[in-house]
Amino acid sequence: MDTYSLLRELADSWALLVLTLIFLGVIGWAYRPGSRALHDDAADVPFRNENPDQARNDGAHQ
Amino acid sequence: MFDTLKLIVLALIVFFAALGADWARDPAYMVHALLIIVIAAGLFFWQLRQMPVEAGEAVRVSAPRGYMDGPVRYGVIATAFWGVVGFLVGTYIAFQLAFPALNIEWAQPYANFGRLRPLHTSAVIFAFGGNALIATSFYIVQRTSAARLWGGNAAWFVFWGYQLFIVLAATGYLLGATQSKEYAEPEWYVDIWLTIVWLTYLAVFFGTILRRRERHIYVANWFFLAFIITVAMLHVVNNLAIPVSIWGSKSVQVFSGVQDAMTQWWYGHNAVGFFLTAGFLGMMYYFVPKQAGRPVYSYKLSIIHFWALIFLYIWAGPHHLHYTALPDWAATLGMVFSIILWMPSWGGMINGLMTLEGAWDKIRTDPIIRMFVASLAFYGMSTFEGPMMSIRAVNSLSHYTDWTIGHVHSGALGWNGLITFGALYFLTPRLWGRAQMHSLSAINLHFWLATVGIVLYASSMWVSGIMEGLMWREVDANGFLVNSFADTVEAKYLMYVVRGLGGVLYLAGGVVMVWNMWMTIRAPEARPITVALPAE
Repeated sequence: MDTYSLLRELADSWALLVLTLIFLGVIGWAYRPGSRALHDDAADVPFRNENPDQARNDGAHQ
Repeated sequence: MFDTLKLIVLALIVFFAALGADWARDPAYMVHALLIIVIAAGLFFWQLRQMPVEAGEAVRVSAPRGYMDGPVRYGVIATAFWGVVGFLVGTYIAFQLAFPALNIEWAQPYANFGRLRPLHTSAVIFAFGGNALIATSFYIVQRTSAARLWGGNAAWFVFWGYQLFIVLAATGYLLGATQSKEYAEPEWYVDIWLTIVWLTYLAVFFGTILRRRERHIYVANWFFLAFIITVAMLHVVNNLAIPVSIWGSKSVQVFSGVQDAMTQWWYGHNAVGFFLTAGFLGMMYYFVPKQAGRPVYSYKLSIIHFWALIFLYIWAGPHHLHYTALPDWAATLGMVFSIILWMPSWGGMINGLMTLEGAWDKIRTDPIIRMFVASLAFYGMSTFEGPMMSIRAVNSLSHYTDWTIGHVHSGALGWNGLITFGALYFLTPRLWGRAQMHSLSAINLHFWLATVGIVLYASSMWVSGIMEGLMWREVDANGFLVNSFADTVEAKYLMYVVRGLGGVLYLAGGVVMVWNMWMTIRAPEARPITVALPAE
């Protein structure tokens, strides 16, 4: 089988399946139970650190 | 030691640029070589004056602290400057189409439509849009990572290197150096230079993210990072070319025929998808919540928005090649993915608009918020229109007509332009330590000039485009075409004048903005600077 046909067959079978599953996995991961607190915290990021001196010293958020 | 090495490298650059200027095979290459001589020689003497004095007292430079806003300030000014230049050229070439006499005889071939048109597109997309993206991404990544830009002066290199790219590209077009690929016109050595600048940009941006003191990478930075990485990939692959001579600007593409066409539109459409969409969505996800004073409507939706855009956009390019030598399956693939793109586009628009939930009154009171809302509305409209035009049957009417130009401009002027203006109005007072913009009513005026300008532009191009499409396909009872091409040109004269007037209004809005920014930065009433600015 030449390269084109091989890649073509791979693209519309296994690669398509894997990419679709990854995409569905991302959606599932975003909506997983218990993620709300983390997302609320992340959505709040632009309202912190306006002044570099007020920036927190460590990455952990309480 | 390192300083001496810099001197040697700069001297070598001057030497080889001088060789290039002497042996240049075409005027564009010679002018560029002379330009490089001037810049490299200037840097050489500048570096020479910085050299440490033997046995002298060492100058102690304290480590810089705080956010690095110098390149952002320069970027904000460059954005406004290139914006007005790009709008001016665009308005001029719009009138060239209506009044061909404006292709002034004595200025040929430099000022004809064919050379000014890429100057316009590159000025607005890469100079205006690119500077806006670089400046805002540097501003946002520092604030959302609570970290100073990584790489010290590398951010300055990105800014000045990018301006050099713009100047080389623009002068090259006027002097006839082009590889004739839409939105990728610059020739091989300009492409190589942009690659160096862009990889430095990636390093600065990613280095800053790695240094972050927030646990989470804020969604705006995801969009910016996707934009930087994807544009690097698109740029390198689409510009694979072999120069005819290293002393000349002409090069030959590695791909040919339909492969070249497909690569070009894979690049071209993803320049829209990642440069003009993903990058500007990064701006949206920061500035809209900041200006509204409330967090984004749904952070989960923003994650879905991001991944859906990334997974889908990259496949949409073939819709530019309906009814060509491109295989049908590839065109259909492009069409289907374009239509699926409705979902993430509208998801993103809804996410941005709903951020105003509970603060809708700000649309009435805050002209900057109004700009962001109008921008999102135009994003929604043009991302509805685009997929519709990618459907084969619709495309058979719209392709090669002014409808396409109208669609592009409702996206570029509406979405990219308005959100950039809003961002400039947001950034200018903050970066120069002013309480607010000099004149709020001037922002309001700018909003209306821009909006009416876009409406004139888009509506005239819809009428003109659909008319053209219908005239081209009209056949008489015997199956002969009724209209010649020149008939359509004559018929759309009035629409071209209206389009030009829309451009005049949009340009006037840009000039009002520059005046407002100038007055804010100069602050003639001599208000004291309220924010301590870190010394750069």
